Amino acid sequence: METIKDIINTLTAPEILITLAAILLFVSARYRHLFYTNKVALILFPAMFVFMAISMFDEDFYLIVTKPDNVPIVGMLFLIPFFTWLSMREAVRNDKRTEEGAPLIEKEETADKVLTWPDLVYTELIAIVLLTVLLVGWSILIPAPLEESANPAATPNPSKAPWYFLGLQEMLVYFDPWLAGVVFPGLIIVGLMAIPYIDTNPKGNGYYTFKERSWEIMTFLFGFLILWVLLVILGTFLRGPNWNFFGPYEYWDTHKLEALVNVDLSDYFWVRLLGMGRPDNILVRESVGFLVVLGYFLVPPMLLAKTIFKRFYENLGPARYHIMVFLLLCMASLPIKMVLRWLFNLKYIIGIPEYFFNI
Amino acid sequence: MSKVNPPRPAAKRGEPADAGRRSFFSWMSLAWVSFTASMLAAGTATARFMFPNVLFEPPLTFRAGRPEELQVGIVDERFKDSNQVWLVRDGGGIYALSTTCTHLGCTPNWLSAEQKFKCPCHGSGFYITGINFEGPAPRPLERFAIDLADDGQLVIDKGRKFQQEKGQWELPGAYLEF
Repeated sequence: METIKDIINTLTAPEILITLAAILLFVSARYRHLFYTNKVALILFPAMFVFMAISMFDEDFYLIVTKPDNVPIVGMLFLIPFFTWLSMREAVRNDKRTEEGAPLIEKEETADKVLTWPDLVYTELIAIVLLTVLLVGWSILIPAPLEESANPAATPNPSKAPWYFLGLQEMLVYFDPWLAGVVFPGLIIVGLMAIPYIDTNPKGNGYYTFKERSWEIMTFLFGFLILWVLLVILGTFLRGPNWNFFGPYEYWDTHKLEALVNVDLSDYFWVRLLGMGRPDNILVRESVGFLVVLGYFLVPPMLLAKTIFKRFYENLGPARYHIMVFLLLCMASLPIKMVLRWLFNLKYIIGIPEYFFNI
Repeated sequence: MSKVNPPRPAAKRGEPADAGRRSFFSWMSLAWVSFTASMLAAGTATARFMFPNVLFEPPLTFRAGRPEELQVGIVDERFKDSNQVWLVRDGGGIYALSTTCTHLGCTPNWLSAEQKFKCPCHGSGFYITGINFEGPAPRPLERFAIDLADDGQLVIDKGRKFQQEKGQWELPGAYLEF
């Protein structure tokens, strides 16, 4: 039992957990006709439930899972995989029907369009009533935790944002506040708003499909599941005192020691590679970082337009193509920076604390 | 397909209709004047509301006891709650560190076993000197001006701060030799 716990604690180290999750996402999409079936769901979801139930016997796991703040995330652990599975199953079925020339599931259910009134409004009404009952019951059974009055000198340890902001808080560990707190959230909203203007693929309107929109769906699922939901889960269950990582069966030791000595890129380049001191001139000191960041945003769009994104470039035209690639690169910068931090303790690529400019 | 407008009845000059119009305008100007006045009053009241009657801010300059009370290598946390300052004495003297994390402004904890300040919000870590070494904090903790008063007590002036990345820790006032 202890060995299994140790293995799980090791596997939930953030770099491994995110890699595994990304592999699971892409492999399951590649072999979707095998993975998104009733059989797999009938094994997977009960297995998850049994796993949670058995884990409850572990004291540390029990403490973190039953914390009133964390109850929504426990629900999310089941709900989000379930709905992802459900929509993918429908998509796989529809793709198969299209291949065989059979009508789509949605077409078979009703040939006509569905009316807003009464079909949609009735469903919404029932959902509203049930959700209200659920929320009232929940708030009676598990009262919200009321803590002592705020004291600026005593920050709770760990100090966690509301659960839906834990993804943002996780980003803040890797980026300067102006980026992770202002620019990235803004880009997420702007990027989501830009989707209808960038995505010119008319397919998949009103019916489930994967094959006809595989690129769009995978990009979204990666951004949503890995870069948002997984970070929320990570922040909820795995971040402990002093914002250190703890396995799900690990005791939250305030004095857990982790070597996290971080190094700027300028240190790596001037001190460790060239064996000299860092130049006094800020621009010279950070020139490597500026080159890296500029290169990251300028070179890939041109290379991709000639190679794997050739079709996109032709379909979208230069303006839309460059906006799309820019947004993609911003999205990719988060996992890239996380991996660099975990593997090389890289703090900032450009680090100018003198002027509050760090990337 | 042109449409002809019906002819309007000609207005009569000097008739009661004109008197009604005149009184309408005077009522209108009264209404506008009172509306503007009430808006101005509300605006003034709101602006006044922005400046509180009482400010529960500790004074920026405070006395922090005699320097002999501090032990070498021990972080003094007596003024953390009241003034958001840590006093540290090392081999050569005393300095006053701000308790505000330079990342997003949480209050770090002093972990004496690990000999570091550790922020519970995003995991930034600082040495006892205030230099940042782990987590996302981009720069060291700030130091406040420290001096000896005539009565032999330490005086901390939070109005003057010293930032290491700007080379200000070398300036007089950032460090009290003792």
